Amino acid sequence: MTATDTAPAAKAEGRTPLMTLNGVSQVFDTKAGPIRACDQVNLSINPGEVLCLVGESGSGKTTAARMAAGLAKPSDGTVAYNGIDIWSMNRRDFSTFRRGVQYVHQDPYASLNPTRTILQTITAPLLKHGVVKGSKAAAQRAAELLAKVDMTPPESFLSKYPHQLSGGQRQRISVARALTLDPKIIIADESTSMLDVSIRISVLAMLGRLRDELGVGFLFITHDLAIAKYFGWNGNTAVMYLGRIVEFGPTQQIINAPTHPYTRALIDAIPEPDPDLTKTKGAGSLRSLEIPSLAHLPVGCSFHPRCPRFEGGLCDGAVPELITVRPGQSTACHVVARDGAGDAEVRDEPVA
Amino acid sequence: MTEAAATGGAVAAIGTTGVSRFAGIMHGLRRSPAGFIGFIIVALLVLITAIGPFFTPAVEPNVKEILLPFGSPGHFLGTDNEGKDVLIQMIDGGRSVIFIGFFAAAISTFIAIVFGSLAAYLGGGTDSVVTTAADVVLTVPTIVLLAVLGAMFKLDSPILLAILVGVLSWPVLTRAVRSQVLSLREREFVEAAKLLDLGTIRIVFVEILPNMASFILMNFMIGVTNAIYALVGLYLLGLAPLTGSNWGIMLNRAWIAGAIFNDDSLPFILSPIVAIILLLLGLVMMTRSLEEILNPRLRDR
Repeated sequence: MTATDTAPAAKAEGRTPLMTLNGVSQVFDTKAGPIRACDQVNLSINPGEVLCLVGESGSGKTTAARMAAGLAKPSDGTVAYNGIDIWSMNRRDFSTFRRGVQYVHQDPYASLNPTRTILQTITAPLLKHGVVKGSKAAAQRAAELLAKVDMTPPESFLSKYPHQLSGGQRQRISVARALTLDPKIIIADESTSMLDVSIRISVLAMLGRLRDELGVGFLFITHDLAIAKYFGWNGNTAVMYLGRIVEFGPTQQIINAPTHPYTRALIDAIPEPDPDLTKTKGAGSLRSLEIPSLAHLPVGCSFHPRCPRFEGGLCDGAVPELITVRPGQSTACHVVARDGAGDAEVRDEPVA
Repeated sequence: MTEAAATGGAVAAIGTTGVSRFAGIMHGLRRSPAGFIGFIIVALLVLITAIGPFFTPAVEPNVKEILLPFGSPGHFLGTDNEGKDVLIQMIDGGRSVIFIGFFAAAISTFIAIVFGSLAAYLGGGTDSVVTTAADVVLTVPTIVLLAVLGAMFKLDSPILLAILVGVLSWPVLTRAVRSQVLSLREREFVEAAKLLDLGTIRIVFVEILPNMASFILMNFMIGVTNAIYALVGLYLLGLAPLTGSNWGIMLNRAWIAGAIFNDDSLPFILSPIVAIILLLLGLVMMTRSLEEILNPRLRDR
């Protein structure tokens, strides 16, 4: 892995990002009052780049991803593909966007149609959009796609139904289906979280190969920083907490030199193989383990009731904005903004 | 290039995957004994009533042989109050009943599938229009309306009767289909199909509906039984013209002739009842096997 600085370099060139989310919010009206599942989120994905979205359950990762995929309309803000707002696109552009952005769901047991064979599932979009001519060519292409996601020999899977496959195999089929229309961006929503650990690593390796070989951009959503580190080492990572992005920057800096107290807490929470180390490290660094309800967000910084660096009067006043604290790295924290983040010592660690 | 070679082999293999769909269906049929028995009953009844009439002699009234009992020589099921052979009437009289039942159910199932699934998938205005229409038709008392229509018009065409019954019985299934599609459309594979831009019609009728095929077929069978009951009810009450002969008309004539009060005429009134019960029982039992055939998950076990 020598391409350490490709992502910053791409930005420096001033390439227009493939997809941007500008101040995107999603508000759900519930009996308990409006819930801001996603609040003023700004993200951009460049071609061939990996953007990891990390956060615990309820942090708005999936909501953001669904808006990026055009499956949900933002209450506020715009989602742009190739510079055009997807919700004011004409039919043709929207259809280009639809085909350019594909989604790999979390649950491999629900994302494949149980009444269709793998062959039918994969050839349907190929034939519908005229990627190939005739069912024979479509079957040929389907077999190639299966080979691409390490399902070999392809012929033994094509005639199967989803219930005859294991979770890992199904997830590979989901990826193969997402690849049918040659997408520019794949949104992987916790795509590996429901797989066994051993299967997870091989699916991640397969996704990594697609990223490198096909140049597909990824919006990679996970609750596990270790997976973000593994998959998005050369990309960017955004850490979300209660609907807001609290820290954004190159994955290497986020992992090695986190600035936001929440990101630090997440990294401290990664268990160490040594039990004594785990016991001493990080324990008690959070003031509370309770996640506030989205319906009743704390005033000011929503992390302040749990934050170890909490300062009364500062943190429970205004909502902190994302401020650049180091080159490429920004943080939404009053304390860090005042005290400065210090220098990042980025070690180019080999990918786990 | 090894990949290309491997996929070449794959394509050759794909041609054989659909091998003998028929054998698969037969296998599915045999798996559930009840379903298989039902299938045989229905198949026999349909065959006998469809082909039988070409070989049966014409029945003539015969005053010398009125109300012969069961098992009389030459008249296995005895004769009716006009001396006509009951067995031959049974064979001749099933065709229109079965035809009207299936045709009416096909009409109502078709309307229900199209309206119910589109209403649920598209939502909004389409949904309100379909739901309201279903509610309105649901409040129409079918048998009373048919009685009134039967009094005003000559309902002697089986096709017309089938259309009437079918057009009046779609709302229940429409609502059921609608609620099923409402839950299925939220499934992730539907979302994936949407993202692949497969088109509304395809998503509804190829991706969603096959997931409820056994549900629809079951309801189709129930639709057939309901249509047959409605029809036989009409004939029994004498609301449909009693020209020609079918199981419903036989029942009506036997009833009017007071056949239940005469031991010797029992086969006369029981025959159409038994035939109708057998047909409906066969249909209901058959749905079990159909479920096995349509659900790939059950098919494998």
